[in-house]
Amino acid sequence: MPLLVIHPKDNVGVALSNIEKGTHVQGIDIREDVKFAYKIALMDIRAGEEIIKYGEPIGVASVDIKQGEMVHVHNIESVRGRGDQNV
Amino acid sequence: MFKFKGYLRQDGTIGIRNFVVAVPASVCASPLVSKLANQVEGIVGMTHKNGCCQIGHDFERTNRALTRLCTHPNVGGVVFVALGCEGTPSEQIVEAIRTSGRPVRFIDIQKEGGSIAALVKAKAAAEALRKVVEEVTETREAEVEDLVVGLECGGSDATSGLASNPSIGWVTDELVKHGAKVILSETTELIGAEHVITKNVRDAEVKRKILEAVTRVEKDCMAQGVDIRGSQPTPGNIEGGLSTIEEKSMGCAYKSGSSPFIDYLDYGEAVRKPGLSFMDTPGQDVESMTGMAAGGATVFLFSTGRGSPVGFPIVPTIKITGNEKTFLRMRDDIDIDASGVFRGEAIHEIGEKIYELIERVCQGTVTKSEANDYHEVSIYKNALTL
Repeated sequence: MPLLVIHPKDNVGVALSNIEKGTHVQGIDIREDVKFAYKIALMDIRAGEEIIKYGEPIGVASVDIKQGEMVHVHNIESVRGRGDQNV
Repeated sequence: MFKFKGYLRQDGTIGIRNFVVAVPASVCASPLVSKLANQVEGIVGMTHKNGCCQIGHDFERTNRALTRLCTHPNVGGVVFVALGCEGTPSEQIVEAIRTSGRPVRFIDIQKEGGSIAALVKAKAAAEALRKVVEEVTETREAEVEDLVVGLECGGSDATSGLASNPSIGWVTDELVKHGAKVILSETTELIGAEHVITKNVRDAEVKRKILEAVTRVEKDCMAQGVDIRGSQPTPGNIEGGLSTIEEKSMGCAYKSGSSPFIDYLDYGEAVRKPGLSFMDTPGQDVESMTGMAAGGATVFLFSTGRGSPVGFPIVPTIKITGNEKTFLRMRDDIDIDASGVFRGEAIHEIGEKIYELIERVCQGTVTKSEANDYHEVSIYKNALTL
């Protein structure tokens, strides 16, 4: 099983090996190359929606994310420790 | 359940090593300690950059850390070196070492007539001290319940929360079951996971203090006016697949296994109770190890995805990685490969390997970082230097 879903509530899975763009994995078309241990969206996620891993929120999507896309610092924002959001 | 020959200290604590250490009162005495440790066989140096022009809680914290490191269960004797004019209360610390039943020698660089004369004196004192320590140190048969195990994460990547940390969590549960003391620290790495990791805490006061510590760290971080990301998670964490501090913290939390926190400790405060305690430290590896060592940790379990070679001079540090590439690339620095989790190995199988290595380390086997002498000390300092 190349994609690990840690908790049933999760909307991201963890790649258990490097996965090439175009691979079909557990019902999902992988839309880009994803490195080992990086996250992949298990479903479409809208901008502002929580990203759930380990059954808990780990941030929010900063843009719309499609199922099968990599989820990392380019499209997920932290909610905590955001001193840059102080007015 | 295993037994080992432990070094018995006057206060009843048990060491798994009998180090003779050289410790500077301040940054200005550090170079001499460095030379002493390099030039005299069997002397372990604990250099640092604190000890002068500090103030308030910061000053007290440094003094407590120095005192407690000098009277640590793994330490049998001390050469304490002062410049002579620094803020650190050297006489008090030397007296505390003496009262703890440990042979101690004190060198004041200015009184000795400078660094060269002081080094000559220090070398003679260190060599004499080593012999005395061997003669006077008592031992007794010890067990798992005599251990104080510190848990550390450094250079995490996305494998940490899936392999190395859960394996450590299994060991935590075993250690707690057998009556050992275990310390988890790194307050920053509770941000985003604090409610999950304190869910089973029964003592309301302990829970309150932990949550307050997390709130405080986050507030201090926000006051910097920047996004925490890049500092925490670090660039290496990010390259390793961790995207946010919340994600990192959730992964880090696995080190606690299913054990609830039964006590809260300030930085460097002596551990009190069997079971899992939380100590307020930064997430930075060396500062957190220094705090837990000052708290009395006698062995460290150090989870590292990216590969950190750094151990602590007086606490044998077992390095565990869940990243197969890291293990193969940095074999000389890593003790345990936990990556088998990704190939179907059960968490408890890796946990058992770690537990078995703890036993061997207690019986004298050196860890990779011990063998490499790759150590650092850094006492957390958060007030201004004046």
